[in-house]
Amino acid sequence: MPDIDQLMTFFAAIVVTAPVALVAILGGSSLLGYKLTEEAISRASQLAIGVGLVACVLILGMMLASDQRHVVLDLGNWVEFRTPDSGHGHGHYHFAVKFEFDRLSVPFAILSFVFCGTIGAFAARYMHREPGFNRFFVLYSVFLAGMITASLADTIETLFTGWEFVGLSSALLIAFFQDRPAPCRNGFRVWVVYRVSDAALLLAAILLHHMTGEGDFDKLLGTGPWPEGRASVTEEQAVLVGLLLLFAAAGKSALVPFSGWLPRAMEGPTPSSAVFYGALSVHLGAFLLLRLSPLIAVSLWLAVAVIALGLVTALYAYVVGAVQTDIKSALSFASLAQVGIIVAEIGAGHWIPFLWYVALVHLLGHASMRTLQFVRAPSLLQDYRAIENAIGGQLPRPPGLLRWAPVRVRAWLYRFALERGYLDAILSDYVARPFVAVFRWSDRNERWWTTFLTGTPGSGSEVPPAGPAPSAAPAASPYPKVELPG
Amino acid sequence: MNLYALPWLELSVLIPLAGALWVGRVRDPNAASRFCLAFTGAALVCAIMVAAGYWTGAIPSATFGAPWLSKGEPWDLGPRIFGRPVLGVDELSALLIPLLALLHFLVALATARTKMARFSFAWLLIGESIRLASFSCLDPWVMIGLLAVVTIPPYFELVRRGRPTRVYVLHMVLFVVLLMFGWSAVDGNIPVPKHLAAFSLFAAILIRSGTIPFHVWVTDLFECGAFGSALLYVSPVAGVYTAVRLVLPVAPDWVLQWLGLVSLVTAVYTAGMALVQRDARRFFAYLFLSHASLILVGLELAGAENKDAQVIGLTGGLALWVAVALSLSGLGLTLRALEARLGRLSLTEYKGLYEQSPALAVCFLLTGLASVGFPGTLGYVASELLVDGAVGANQFAGVVVVLTATINGIGVVRAYLLLFTGGRYATAVSLGITGRERFAVLTLAALIIGGGLIPQPLVMSRHAAAEAILADRAARATPGGPQGHTEANTGHRE
Repeated sequence: MPDIDQLMTFFAAIVVTAPVALVAILGGSSLLGYKLTEEAISRASQLAIGVGLVACVLILGMMLASDQRHVVLDLGNWVEFRTPDSGHGHGHYHFAVKFEFDRLSVPFAILSFVFCGTIGAFAARYMHREPGFNRFFVLYSVFLAGMITASLADTIETLFTGWEFVGLSSALLIAFFQDRPAPCRNGFRVWVVYRVSDAALLLAAILLHHMTGEGDFDKLLGTGPWPEGRASVTEEQAVLVGLLLLFAAAGKSALVPFSGWLPRAMEGPTPSSAVFYGALSVHLGAFLLLRLSPLIAVSLWLAVAVIALGLVTALYAYVVGAVQTDIKSALSFASLAQVGIIVAEIGAGHWIPFLWYVALVHLLGHASMRTLQFVRAPSLLQDYRAIENAIGGQLPRPPGLLRWAPVRVRAWLYRFALERGYLDAILSDYVARPFVAVFRWSDRNERWWTTFLTGTPGSGSEVPPAGPAPSAAPAASPYPKVELPG
Repeated sequence: MNLYALPWLELSVLIPLAGALWVGRVRDPNAASRFCLAFTGAALVCAIMVAAGYWTGAIPSATFGAPWLSKGEPWDLGPRIFGRPVLGVDELSALLIPLLALLHFLVALATARTKMARFSFAWLLIGESIRLASFSCLDPWVMIGLLAVVTIPPYFELVRRGRPTRVYVLHMVLFVVLLMFGWSAVDGNIPVPKHLAAFSLFAAILIRSGTIPFHVWVTDLFECGAFGSALLYVSPVAGVYTAVRLVLPVAPDWVLQWLGLVSLVTAVYTAGMALVQRDARRFFAYLFLSHASLILVGLELAGAENKDAQVIGLTGGLALWVAVALSLSGLGLTLRALEARLGRLSLTEYKGLYEQSPALAVCFLLTGLASVGFPGTLGYVASELLVDGAVGANQFAGVVVVLTATINGIGVVRAYLLLFTGGRYATAVSLGITGRERFAVLTLAALIIGGGLIPQPLVMSRHAAAEAILADRAARATPGGPQGHTEANTGHRE
């Protein structure tokens, strides 16, 4: 008869394996050119998510029953070799794959399963006979695998793996309606932000690896169950790594100054908008900060930076969200305002660690409510229309908080909000455009140099297409400058 | 009978050569393609046998630049120059030889019918033979000669297509001259200061690897030459191989430091250039240059003060070499397949090719992301090791490596979105992937994903190669130490 530890390890393996198996089934069949039916895709998704969810709930039950608060699934070293003798014996480089089930990860994993399961069932009807049905579910499965990997990760490298899967699938889902340029342009923009923030996370991972000798959270944050761990780094190290992680979280959770991507993400199908940007993906940055909250406990300055960023984001999202005219954008900014507050709560945990629990509960509750709002959004519009038709006019709206402010201030704020705080424009004008200009200038010089070396004009200039030009890329011509943001 | 007693390595070199002579006489492009496929396939089998024999211990490890064979070994039948063996295999080349043969086989396999008349299968086979010989030869001078000879097929290709050759010729002549001069000085044939010899070798590597400001020949070759030939010429990253064999063991630390600095600048610069390109071939060329420079950064870490950084960084660089060769070859084959259908591809507008060829779209994304070290692919662990080693040596270097990977990742997705999305390409003719192309890209995809899920064999093999390189370098740096390669770099076969 297996004991409870073995059972928990067994179920933990199921939790981790189920989403990966779904990716293998849906992605593998697509890669091999075998087309699954909508029903088969839907059933495979339900089965994988159902099995994963049940296993996760069983683990939660066993943890509560056995009073264990920290279960580790160690899949061993993915990569391992000896490094030279540096005076203290041979070193040992390893890249461990470990997952942990604790007070933080289990609720977040259950949340991911529940939302992905619900939205998967919703999407099976919503996307019925859509040409990209299969593609949607492949990306959806990658997203789920990324979420589960990131939420259960016990090493920062494992977390990074899940983080990247979430980023890629999110960007491609935003570009889901790919026969129009606008979703692709927005998807690309989101990908740029994700990629830059991922770089910060990768650097943080490598630095942690160097500071502690390995990327395991229990080596970095102490062996106590979350949130009782104590970081084994100095304050300076905590600030350096913490700021990198804050940067990464800002990109993923659309905190200031990266908030511009969130309304753009609404280009994707409603089910993915609901589950990814309203509920799960947008909270992943906050989850990262919660996971590494012992670093915040070490440094006052880091805590202040986290609170400041959270409050600024909440304020920004409130102001900008107030003037949105489409429901998905309004909901996304409302979501962002709550995420900002959650981040501020995490920062305040430096003084009152109990606030980390508050932040976690806030996160779970907010994600649930926002998902419901997103899914309800299309029918809500219908209801509004019906009501307004019935009463013969617009529904009355309560006056806003700024009704007593001077007209000039209100006008300025209105313009500021309408332009979404100019954040996108600032990033485009002062980051993307100079970057492109510098490299385009270099490109022209290189072509000149090649022509000079060749001695004949023609080489070094762009070669005209040898074959037939694309005859019908219908929406291509109006968007000649779409390569980069701005 | 011991299967490994056969001279597989020699066969892998000679079969393509014989194939070139045969295929050169065939006038029908379809028949030439079939014969080429047979010869490259046979060479691939031989190369796999070499690797299998090496890793099972049936084929002894060779030492570059020194006698290695004892009498009675099965390889005693191999060719010799002045009593020294010409061909052999060690930890570094044991993986590279089948990799090279595989790339040639897949390029031959994925050549579309529309391109067969213009593509020279005979030159492909000649190139394969020379490249396999240069990657497995043990004598520095023979290797230099082969590296010089292998520059010739692309030249004839350019001439045949009526394209300008001067940029290519200028750079390759300079490369060969500097390499020969530098090695002559190292060998003691020319009495010049050691620093001048080192500088000469350093410059030769910069040119062959396409580091700035000597990189325009790569973009020019891709713009003017056949995509397949250019791909095969650059994708094995012969400049890095030259650096490992000829420069790394003898280079003073300042050479490695400068090599690292120039490589870092090139990596980030060419990544930025790839991001703003308007032509798919130039995009690919810059992407390749950026990755080749990252591999050189890994080699430079062999000169780092921190011992851990040396091993981890060099292992990462060598692993990245394999990952990049596979993934960028896959990306190149995908682009080539698209070109075979649509002609030269511009990156100025959305093309919307996804609906026409979803399999090519997936392969493009998969191989492109693998090249930038996306998790779950072969390049992930290699990139992690490289960044780890770079951070251990110098945190600034680590930041630049991460920045490069970030920009390259953005560039790959930008190209994907421009080529495959944003519209719907309307055509009455099917542009879907062919069976041969599917086999080629699925093979690469399997290696990329399989290697990504189980990276330990690759990393162990590259770690052993890195230790051998470092041991050799350390032995040469020891006062009174052996001048030739020592036994220290043999026997690393775990």
